Amino acid sequence: MLSGMSVPAVRLEGVTKSFGRVEAVRGVDLELNQGEVVAFLGPNGAGKTTTIDMILGLSQPTGGAAEVLGHKPREAVARGLVSAVMQTGGLLKDLTVRETVEYTASLFAHTKPVDAVLADAGITGISGRKVGKCSGGEQQRLRFAMALLPDPALLLLDEPTTGMDVEGRRNFWSAIRTDAERGRTVLFATHYLEEADQYADRIVLISRGRIVADGSGSEIRALAAGRTVRATVEGIDADTEARLRSVGGVDQLDVRGDRVVVHTKDSDAVARFLLTETAARDVEITSKNLEDAFLSLTGDES
Amino acid sequence: MTTLDTAVDTSERRVPPLGGFNLTLLRIELTRMLRNRRTIVFTLVLPAALMLSFGGQSGWQDRVGSGNVAAYVLISMALYGAALTSAATGAMVALERAVGWSRQLRLTPLNPVAYILTKAIVALCMGALAVVVVNLVGRSQGKAEMPTHVWVLAMVVTLFCTLTFAALGVFVGYLVPSENAMQILGPGLALLSFLGGLFIPLSQYAEVVRDIAYWTPMYGVAEVARAPLTHDLPWFAVVNAVGWFLVFIAGAAWRMSKDTARV
Repeated sequence: MLSGMSVPAVRLEGVTKSFGRVEAVRGVDLELNQGEVVAFLGPNGAGKTTTIDMILGLSQPTGGAAEVLGHKPREAVARGLVSAVMQTGGLLKDLTVRETVEYTASLFAHTKPVDAVLADAGITGISGRKVGKCSGGEQQRLRFAMALLPDPALLLLDEPTTGMDVEGRRNFWSAIRTDAERGRTVLFATHYLEEADQYADRIVLISRGRIVADGSGSEIRALAAGRTVRATVEGIDADTEARLRSVGGVDQLDVRGDRVVVHTKDSDAVARFLLTETAARDVEITSKNLEDAFLSLTGDES
Repeated sequence: MTTLDTAVDTSERRVPPLGGFNLTLLRIELTRMLRNRRTIVFTLVLPAALMLSFGGQSGWQDRVGSGNVAAYVLISMALYGAALTSAATGAMVALERAVGWSRQLRLTPLNPVAYILTKAIVALCMGALAVVVVNLVGRSQGKAEMPTHVWVLAMVVTLFCTLTFAALGVFVGYLVPSENAMQILGPGLALLSFLGGLFIPLSQYAEVVRDIAYWTPMYGVAEVARAPLTHDLPWFAVVNAVGWFLVFIAGAAWRMSKDTARV
């Protein structure tokens, strides 16, 4: 119907962000389609939060451009197109649950009715309670109610199911999926790999300010095909390193001091090379799982 | 995924008028302040009680300008109460920053200017309440005496003088985050009020103290607030009032701009 409908929910182009001399984000290109549920995975300090902050317009990229549904981030926020649920804080203890929702609703040009939002979040019964007297779970529901008020087209979630039990987690994700089918885009930061694999259409792995992998759960797992060979090689030199790299099947090699970590499709060949051509000891061969894929791609092992 | 069928129509979304400023917001902010027992006791009850004790001291009926000493004390106490109240309101800005509410608000269309405007209006309303309470108590005490137009004018002038302390509250709140701000502002404002001649007339101080007092923030606004009664307004009192207002506004703006860079 409208040309505006095909615009990506999020478009980041060569986005960088530096704090003084520290480069938190070093050139991120990312495009999210409308209706996608995307997991944002990465260790602490990888640049997840910094990137999310730029999508929300809470901070300005040092370089590159960020766009949300065809608008500048702040404009998208002002139109109620994007909202977010933070993990902690962000609530006034001396307001009641209903006052908090009313307060937030009053700031937007258009919102869903306060009563409907309270009911959807299952907090009608505690609407008269002071926020400070609510449990952690109740406060999290309130944060959701606030985020869903403007009926956002893009929802950003920071570790959304922390502290939820299995049942709560399942209900939460079924609600998120239902909304996604109606066109809402969801980007969630998580460190539960299983959760990312199970509920996201797409997983974006970020490490040291760069996107290191982007694909479906099975695609990410495919990156993990093969085995990991670990060994200690005292005084490994550049020449040995180059030869090791050229052994058939090696797709990643990490050398930190004397510690060598090789990801390979042919672990036998690597092990043979290490044991016959180098002074390797403590050779260890393990098969990779999603967790290893995550760790190897984000370079955050040990 | 059939993106085209399901995509959200974003073209109808509007931006709220006035940067998100609205009456619901104002109502909830005011309700919050009035529900806070500590605010009520320290900003409404305390100044009224001080008014009753100071205003009834011997010599209350002596003439001052177009009224009497009790009227002079009444204006001073109203200013003290209003300054405390608006400083408390100002300090809440920093408190809200500390608990992450400011960040939450940045995820809404609320413009930072509209937010500050709301807080300023709340500070003025609370200041007005403090002024009215002290005046009602003074009136019922029946000792203060001044022409009605002086009474009204002094109240209005007092009210605007309190914006200085709202800015001071924001400033101090940012310097000393969390709920400690009022623990500094309370005694601090009492000290400034002594130096500014709100509790004891400056003429009773030693000359050296008086020379210092002329430079302190409460002196200027106190002279300005009482000018309708005393018909006496030294030029340096006006400079003092305007100067400190600008200093506190600049301080608050400086801390806040530093802060939003980090939000």
